[in-house]
Amino acid sequence: MLAGYAVPDFVSEFWHYYIAAISIAGIIFSLWVLSSQTTKKLAEGEQAELMVHTWDGDLQELNNPLPRWWMWMFIGLTFFGIVYLVLYPGLGKYAGTLGWSSFQEWKDDKDTVDAEFDKVMAPFKSQDLMAVAADPKAKEMGQNLFMTYCSQCHGSSAQGGKGFPNLTDGQWLFGGTPEDIQASITGGRIAEMPPMGDAVGGEQGAKEVANYVLSLGGKPHDATLAAAGQAKFVACAGCHGENGKGMAVASFPDLTDDAWQYGGSESAIVQSILKGRKGGMPAQSQAAGGALNDSKIHLLAAYVWGLGGGKKPAAPAPAEAMAAPAEAVAAPAAN
Amino acid sequence: MEATYNYKVVRQFSIMTVVWGIVGMLVGVIIAAQLIWPTLTEALGPLAPYLSYGRLRPLHTNAVIFAFGGSALFATSLYVVQRTCQTRVLSDGLASFVFWGWQAIIVMAAVSLPMGYTSSKEYAELEWPIDILITVVWVAYAVLFFGTIMKRKTQHIYVANWFFGAYILAIALLHVVNNVELPIVMEGGSWLKSYSAYAGVQDAMVQWWYGHNAVGFFLTTAFLGMMYYFIPKQAGRPIYSYRLSIVHFWTLNFIYMWAGPHHLMYTALPDWAQSLGMVFSLMLLAPSWGGMMNGIMTLSGAWHKLRTDPILKFLITAMSFYGMSTFEGPMMSVKTVNALSHYTDWNIAHVHSGALGWVAMISIGSLYHLIPRLYGREEMHSVKLINVHFWWSTIGVVLYIASMWIAGVAEGLMWRATNVDGTLTYSFAQSVAAIHPFYMIRLIGGSMFFAGMLLMAYNVWKTIAAGKAVNDARIPQAVAA
Repeated sequence: MLAGYAVPDFVSEFWHYYIAAISIAGIIFSLWVLSSQTTKKLAEGEQAELMVHTWDGDLQELNNPLPRWWMWMFIGLTFFGIVYLVLYPGLGKYAGTLGWSSFQEWKDDKDTVDAEFDKVMAPFKSQDLMAVAADPKAKEMGQNLFMTYCSQCHGSSAQGGKGFPNLTDGQWLFGGTPEDIQASITGGRIAEMPPMGDAVGGEQGAKEVANYVLSLGGKPHDATLAAAGQAKFVACAGCHGENGKGMAVASFPDLTDDAWQYGGSESAIVQSILKGRKGGMPAQSQAAGGALNDSKIHLLAAYVWGLGGGKKPAAPAPAEAMAAPAEAVAAPAAN
Repeated sequence: MEATYNYKVVRQFSIMTVVWGIVGMLVGVIIAAQLIWPTLTEALGPLAPYLSYGRLRPLHTNAVIFAFGGSALFATSLYVVQRTCQTRVLSDGLASFVFWGWQAIIVMAAVSLPMGYTSSKEYAELEWPIDILITVVWVAYAVLFFGTIMKRKTQHIYVANWFFGAYILAIALLHVVNNVELPIVMEGGSWLKSYSAYAGVQDAMVQWWYGHNAVGFFLTTAFLGMMYYFIPKQAGRPIYSYRLSIVHFWTLNFIYMWAGPHHLMYTALPDWAQSLGMVFSLMLLAPSWGGMMNGIMTLSGAWHKLRTDPILKFLITAMSFYGMSTFEGPMMSVKTVNALSHYTDWNIAHVHSGALGWVAMISIGSLYHLIPRLYGREEMHSVKLINVHFWWSTIGVVLYIASMWIAGVAEGLMWRATNVDGTLTYSFAQSVAAIHPFYMIRLIGGSMFFAGMLLMAYNVWKTIAAGKAVNDARIPQAVAA
């Protein structure tokens, strides 16, 4: 039994014999019916016999011999079937003389093409990701991969859609450096907001907070509602900051820019507040159960980085790089 | 001694065949348009959910198969069994129950499917209360049909009745086994939801054992019964070969039962089942073509009638489409072909060359023969209109299936095309864009076929208006040898 098959096809020997016997009996039955009605061809000028019965006034039957070509076609198809059932699995658990299985065929195919294609992709794996992004051949492959694995959610132009982030605009929830992007693809991301309806006082409260959020970004809003929403925004400030600018280091979105993953209209924001949002992207690496090997992830990360929104890796030394975002978070609190 | 045939039930079903044909095909035209303009019905506001593609599609298939096709089969089988057995149906009350029961089922389907109630099994979407009613009506139909055969005056059972009989028995078996399901009301849930009693790949196998035999027995065997009466009647010629009918009857019924797995090629279905499905599907070509030969060759010696008789044109063209579809089907069940054709619009082409070219055309031809006889007329109000209907239908089918063939092969090739790096050359959306023009052609073809049905309705209306319902068709008392 092949690896991957945990369960046998038959729960008992009986079913194996049942299937095999009834299949063979069926083929024999068909050939028997055929032969029982096979007669000589009509001689030159001979008329087919007219059966004696008549129904409904004028319905009658001739008794022409079976057309020869048809008879031979029948026999030929049956013969093909018998040969096929000897060569391939079909009669119960009998495996066929060729030892073929669809699982093995798939696995052989996959191993062959994986090895073949990895030869083309692997050389880029050791190169710096930004260099890969500049390589036209890598870019073409990256685009092909993107169309196959990413475009279903992020769109073929990578501009996303409702619930799916735009990858070209330079606005990143989880960072736009080569490492960040590679990490997002490899391990996936979780981005959830809990329902806040109760915390802001139901639908009316949500409406007020929504207008306050719009006012923070300097967008058209209802000033009265916004004023009423200001106090209630406390419930949101823990994650999004008092000024609504989010918390980049923890991937809490900025509410003052124009990058709305779930829509920036008043009603869309009200929905987000009342019901929360369950976002996130599944992990794509084979290690995490996805479809992509390291070569493909490298090419894809380079492609996405090169779409126009990629950020240069932080230049300062690691210690400073850690300190900088912490300051940015602290700043709003000081206001 | 009873002296007349029961034409009333035949008439009722004949009229409803035309009505449900129009309804079912109109829904087909609507969903074909939705595939071109996906937001077509969204403008209808609160009505839009009921007209969404996912709900209308099963309505279309159920309406054309079970309402249109079913009514045509009830009409013709009950007419043929009486006339070839030289006896009135077993019971007028039972006949009436079958008619009203079946219409009630259709109406329930037409309401529950758009509302979103579905068991999610293709061609068996109806929920369990309707399934039970179907079983009851079907048993009544079986009693009515076989009871009439039992009290026949003729010595031998006419070949058409073999086929009707096989279809009635097989459909009973298929319907009951595939619809074993557990209503969630037993756990305090809705009255109108159930889950299949089978799980996983076994559920899939039972479903396609049913699904393919719905094609095999409902849409093939039964319509061959129709063919065996109306072609020799209309042509005025004896059936070509009694021997051929024996061989293809028994082998068709036997082999069809095995063909279901070809719907599940390259899935989790065990390899042995896929192989058996393929082998028997290939063998099926022979008995299928046996039926086609017996239909077409019955015309030998009367070929000239094809030039002048549009009813015969319908019947014989139907046999040609039958032959074509039953060649295509076995070919598509070959694993390597299936790897290309599966999940593409090629399937849609195949289904419609069967459903429009074969099932609808043989039904339409038979009804044009039948309706004047039910209303005491020599022929239909306008033979010319039958001719027009024939050409509209034929051109409509050809446009339909040719466009879907091209679309299907294009999809199959685009989906499997790969670049040098092993990635797919085309995204799914690109294949959708590529077949867009062919969806337009399909809509045109389908609309032509639909328009033909409207023409038929007019012709039937005028025929009935000028005729008088025949309720005194006398049963000949002398029994021919």
